[in-house]
Amino acid sequence: MPELKGDKGFITVLLAEDGPADRMLLATLVARLGHRVLTAANGLEAVALFEQERPQLVLMDALMPVMDGFEAARRIKRLAGEELVPIIFLTSLSEGEALVQSIEAGGDDFLSKPYNPLILEAKIKAMNRLRRLQATVLEQRDLIARHNGHLLTEQRVAKAVFDKITHSGCLGAANIRYLQSPYALFNGDLLLAAYKPSGEMHVLLGDFTGHGLPAAIGAMPVADAFYSMTARGYSPSEILCELNAKLKRILPVGMFCCATLLSVDTQRRLLEVWNGGLPAGYLRRVADGHYVELASRHLPLGVLENDAFDTSCDVHPLAVGDRVLLLSDGVLEVSNATGETFGEERLRTLLRECDEPARLFAQIQNALADFHGEAHDDASMLEILVSDEPISALPMQEYGKSWLISSQDWSASFEFRAQTLKSFNPLPFLLQLLMEVRGLRPRSGELYTVLAELYSNALEHGVMGLDSALKQDAAGFSEYYRQRDQRLSELDAGFVRFHLQIVPNGEGGRLLLRVEDSGEGFAVAEELARQQSPTSLGGRGMRLICRLADECTWDEDGRGVSVEFCWNAGA
Amino acid sequence: MTISAQLSADGQELIISVEGRFDFSAHQDFRNAYERVDASPKRYRVDLSNANYLDSSALGMLLLLRDHAGGDNARISLVNCRPDVRKILAISNFEQLFEIA
Repeated sequence: MPELKGDKGFITVLLAEDGPADRMLLATLVARLGHRVLTAANGLEAVALFEQERPQLVLMDALMPVMDGFEAARRIKRLAGEELVPIIFLTSLSEGEALVQSIEAGGDDFLSKPYNPLILEAKIKAMNRLRRLQATVLEQRDLIARHNGHLLTEQRVAKAVFDKITHSGCLGAANIRYLQSPYALFNGDLLLAAYKPSGEMHVLLGDFTGHGLPAAIGAMPVADAFYSMTARGYSPSEILCELNAKLKRILPVGMFCCATLLSVDTQRRLLEVWNGGLPAGYLRRVADGHYVELASRHLPLGVLENDAFDTSCDVHPLAVGDRVLLLSDGVLEVSNATGETFGEERLRTLLRECDEPARLFAQIQNALADFHGEAHDDASMLEILVSDEPISALPMQEYGKSWLISSQDWSASFEFRAQTLKSFNPLPFLLQLLMEVRGLRPRSGELYTVLAELYSNALEHGVMGLDSALKQDAAGFSEYYRQRDQRLSELDAGFVRFHLQIVPNGEGGRLLLRVEDSGEGFAVAEELARQQSPTSLGGRGMRLICRLADECTWDEDGRGVSVEFCWNAGA
Repeated sequence: MTISAQLSADGQELIISVEGRFDFSAHQDFRNAYERVDASPKRYRVDLSNANYLDSSALGMLLLLRDHAGGDNARISLVNCRPDVRKILAISNFEQLFEIA
C-alpha cells in the first residue's frame, strides 16, 4: 500500500495543476503538512499517476490542457471504485459555478485561489476523515456480508441435520400438500407428519415465538418426541402431554410454541384435533362444501405445567374426499405494499367462493402471492385430502435384539384396572412386547389396529358402557367423545384383560389374543348384523377386526373376544 | 411504541399502559415498567387501549410479567383491548391466564 505513515494521518496526495508556479507552491504546502506529494501537469498524467500509485486524495485543477480536471475526476472516480478517493478541485472560477461543475464531475470539495495554507490543511483533514469513514463502512459491510454468509451456511447445515433427524416423516405422502420456506425452521415454524403403526396419520404444525436459533432449538425435541411416540402408537393426548412437559421444562418463560396436532384416521373415518394458539384450521366437507372451523381451544405448548394442561381433542367424522387445511399465522400476516395484512376475512371469502376444491391450495397460494406482490416465504400451510387409498409403506421401527426374538413359546396376561385405565394407554406397551416376535413384525400395522379396536371397544362400550348408537351424526359424534372423556375421568371400577399366547406351529407360529372386560356385555349377533349397515358412522370396528385378523370370535355374552394371527416360516 | 407505568394512589396496583405496536421492540421497556418500581404491587393492570398491534413476542412478555407477579398466583388484568388485540389473546386462550376486560 502506498499509504505513508497512514496511522498518523499522513497520506499520499496527487496534485494536478498545469501552472508550474501554482504546482510548486501547492506541492510545498502539502509536503510541509507531512504528506507525500505526486504532481501531474494535466489530466491525462494525473489519471496515469493515479493508476500507478493509488494516492488517497487528489487536488485537481479544473482547466488544464490535454485533459481537463472534470474528465480526469470522472476517470479517477471510476478507477477508485467503492473506495472513497476525495477530489478537491482547485479553481479560480466564480464560486457558485465552480461548485456545481466540480461536484457534478465527482468532486467532493473545492478550493479557490489564492490558496490559504490553513484552509488547505483543514480541507485535507476533513476529506481524510470522510475517506476513513467510508473505508470503515465498507469494511463493516464486508464483515456483515461474511457473517451473514456464515450464518446461512450454518443454517443450511443445521437444516440438513434436522432433516436427517426427521426423515421418517410422511410429508411426501400423495394426499398431503404443503408450503414451507426452506428456512422456516429458523422462523420458528415446524411441520411434521408421520403414520402410527395402525395407519392413522399424525400431523403437527408448530410456531415457536421468536426467530433464529432459539426457535430452531425448541423444534428438535418436539420433532424427536413426535416421531418416536407416533411410531410407537401413542395417542395425540399422550404426545401432547410429552411435548408440553418437555417444552415447559426447556423453554424460558415467555417462549412457547403455538401448535395444532391432528390425528387423521382414514380407517375409522375420524379426525382428532388439538389446537393451542394457531389460527383456526378448516375441515372442508365434501358432502356439502361446508367448512368446519378447527379453532384454537387451548393455551400454546410450553406455557402451563402438565397438571393444568388440557389435552382434550375435538373429534370430527371424516368422509373420503374431505379436506383438512392448516395454516400458521404467517399466512394471515402476509402484508401488501400499504402494510395491510391478508387477514382471516380474505381467507374465508376465498374458501367460501372456491368451487374447485382440488385447486383450493393453489388458489390460496396464488392469492397470497398476488396480495404480497411476490412469493412470500414466511408462511406455512398444509392440506390433507382424506382418501381411502391404502398406505403404501408404514415405517418399520428398529427393534433391538432380545431373548424373545428366538423365543416362540410363551404366554402373558395383563389386567388393567380403573386407576390405570384413566391415565395409561397400554397399547404401545403391548405392541412393543409383541414386536419382539419376529414373525409378527410384518403385520405390526394390522395387529396394532386390531389391538386398538379391541381395547377401545372393551374400554368404551364394556367398562364405561358408552352407546355407540350416539355416533350416528356429527353432533352425536362430538357428544360421544365428550361423554367418553367425562366417564373416563370419573372411572373408579372395572378392568380390561389381555391374554397373549405365542404358540409355535411348525416353522411358523400363532398369536392367540384374548380381550375381556368388566362390562355388561352386548348381544353379539345383533351388533354384528347392525354393523353391516354401511351408513353407520360408529360401526366399523367389528368388521375391521374380522377383516384384519385370521380368526375372530366373540363370546356369546359379548364380554370377551378371541382373535388369532398366524405366520409361516421365513416371515 | 411508548410504555408507561403508574402506581395507583394506594400503591396496590401497577398500571402499565402500552401505546402503538406491542412487539419485540417493546421488550426492554415493558420489563423496565414492572421491574424498576420501588413497590410491590398486589395487582397489575395492563392498559391496551392504545395498543394497535400485538404479536407473539408480546404474548411472551405478558407471560414474563405473570411469572414476575407470582405465576399462578399473579393477579393481572388486560384492559381496554381493541378487537384485533382481543382476537389474538383469544386465539392463544390467554383468558385462562389473565383477566381480560
